[in-house]
Amino acid sequence: MTVEHRRGAGPAAQGRLPPERVALVDLLDRLLAGGVVVTGELVLSIADIELVRISLRALLASVREGDDTGAGAMDDYHRAAGAVRDGTEGDDEPSWR
Amino acid sequence: MTDTGVYLYAVTPEPAGPRLEELRGVLGGPVRPIARGGLVAYVSDVPLDQFGEEPLRRLLEDLDWVEGVARAHHRVVEALADDGPAAPVRLVTVYSGEDQILDLLDRRHDDFAAVLARVAGRREWGVKAYVSRAARGEGPAATTGAAQPGGPATAGTGRAGGPVPSSTGGAGPVTAAPGGGAAGGPGTAYLKRRKASLRSREDLWRAAVEQAERLHSALGGIAVASRRHRPQDPQLSGRSDLMVLNGAYLVEPGRDREFAAALGAFRAEGMDVQLTGPWAPYSFTSLELGTTGPEARDDR
Repeated sequence: MTVEHRRGAGPAAQGRLPPERVALVDLLDRLLAGGVVVTGELVLSIADIELVRISLRALLASVREGDDTGAGAMDDYHRAAGAVRDGTEGDDEPSWR
Repeated sequence: MTDTGVYLYAVTPEPAGPRLEELRGVLGGPVRPIARGGLVAYVSDVPLDQFGEEPLRRLLEDLDWVEGVARAHHRVVEALADDGPAAPVRLVTVYSGEDQILDLLDRRHDDFAAVLARVAGRREWGVKAYVSRAARGEGPAATTGAAQPGGPATAGTGRAGGPVPSSTGGAGPVTAAPGGGAAGGPGTAYLKRRKASLRSREDLWRAAVEQAERLHSALGGIAVASRRHRPQDPQLSGRSDLMVLNGAYLVEPGRDREFAAALGAFRAEGMDVQLTGPWAPYSFTSLELGTTGPEARDDR
């Protein structure tokens, strides 16, 4: 599950993973928080991101019941991150130079 | 009567090459272009018994279904982005028909053109940095290893311990002290205390988070744009190590090497970093169309 892509050569295009091997979690980061969001004449749009995040999390939690990885550790992270980053944890808007 | 919707993947400035004719999208549907006014939308038909609001809510609980849709979406976007500039659209954006897509390309022409101009020729890189949970106050053994010369290169236990002592490098007060001869002096006591306190887990976190901040700003200084995603939950990432940085960087191809070198410098400090990509510019096309104020140029 843990795939390391250590490419000492750096981001040369040669080492790119084919789409089917990209880690789902990395993909969902981008697909659920990136991309143009259009509203209007839609049948539907997945603007309800929380729904998906919560669903996925609940699903995984039920599959891996009893595994205490996570909650406590994330609290630690948030505390440390908050101390340094002034509590602005989470998704940022892109910042352009 | 309308039992299909039109799933929108991405918008490009020109029709893609002929090799995209075979492209399949969500649920294997053939992908087709819809062109209007110098923009091309790529779409495929999807059944509303899955992509209607009601069924979708249910299906979003099914990770296999979500994964299938996400990978199909990604496959199409990647193929388009390989071919030229592409503005991906948020996962699961479904219209009732082609007329609405044409209307979107009319109304939002300038917004899409602006987005495409910003990402053209650039690629997104992902950088994730971790701190090992094993280092969380598990005793001195885990951290002292990092001070040894071999430590940083081999990720193992050096990872989380790395940030703290590595910055001292050659000057290292910790290793210098014993040779200094002031045994038992106040300086040594201080260093001992300091060392002990560094092992405390809050300090380890803080050091790792601070190092991640430095990494983010170093990479952001090379990139055209940068962004932080939410750190991945260990349950989703499959790694027990905690993520201290989940960054995305939009980089000019000419600065790839510089970007890699900056990353390499942090790796050499013993930081556990992982590079992904190049990605289509997902993280830098996240504007909302439908309200005014198209550009989020500088949010801070």
